[in-house]
Amino acid sequence: MLSLTHFLVLGAIMFSIAMAGIFINRKNVLILLMCVELMLLAVNTNFIAFSHYLGDSAGQVFVFFILTVAAAEAAIGLAILVVLFRNKRTINVEELDSLKG
Amino acid sequence: METFVFYIFSAFMVLSALMVITVNNPVKAAFFLVLSFFASAAIWLLLEAEFLAIILVIVYVGAVMVLFLFVVMMLDINMAQIKKGFVNNLPLAVAVAIAMFVTIFFVVGGESFSESVFTIPDRHGADYSNVAELGKVLYTDYVYSFEIAAVILLVGIIAAISLTLRRRPNTRHQKIEEQVAVKSKDRLQVVKVDAQPRKYEPAKEEQK
Repeated sequence: MLSLTHFLVLGAIMFSIAMAGIFINRKNVLILLMCVELMLLAVNTNFIAFSHYLGDSAGQVFVFFILTVAAAEAAIGLAILVVLFRNKRTINVEELDSLKG
Repeated sequence: METFVFYIFSAFMVLSALMVITVNNPVKAAFFLVLSFFASAAIWLLLEAEFLAIILVIVYVGAVMVLFLFVVMMLDINMAQIKKGFVNNLPLAVAVAIAMFVTIFFVVGGESFSESVFTIPDRHGADYSNVAELGKVLYTDYVYSFEIAAVILLVGIIAAISLTLRRRPNTRHQKIEEQVAVKSKDRLQVVKVDAQPRKYEPAKEEQK
């Protein structure tokens, strides 16, 4: 039978993959944003698994809010990306060094 | 049967997530991300979160991923440049991912979240409504958070529009503030004209 551990390990695997994706794709901000979406998906899976096994629907409410914030974040992030590309003609992370950080 | 479904969809989810981070073409990455979301929605259905599973498909696959695809097609990305430097970061990425997974696995992998501690809940009957359950909590205990979420979406709309809106110098725009502020005097001018008798001019026949 499926225990809570199954779902938590799945969430851990997804989160680690997204983490690796952020390290690999240093050339493309767009895929970095997709990796952030994958991370949020892993976290949401954890929330829903706990909500199911504890019999408490508050976890699902939190997932609802995370989805809302993630949608707003994606919209604003992509808008910033479009403006960035319009001004700099690149989305390579290593070339975005105007702030000398 | 449930275990079988779980393993099938988690395999889909993990493999497509791997493809998202390794594929070079952002369009393909977006489509693999869609597949990952679909598999995740199936796993959420297994956890009896029907409403959120459908929301994930409608909002994420239907709206956010389409937004991603639009942006991919708006940007003119140099592929050859992106391919360079992929291998350089790979060992570090794998090391960090494995370290992260092992760390999390020490926490969640042991006996603390097993069946003996978190007993497997019984399945709800066919008359159970996840939407009603969620709505009861959302509109009572979390109603202020719900309203804040609405404001966040509004801020998202305004920010996205104001960031990407640009006025080109040569295009013609409606200036609404000038249109509203206009007075009747600016548009209509009454001119006094003295009445004059019109002279009768006979048609000139020689022009024919």
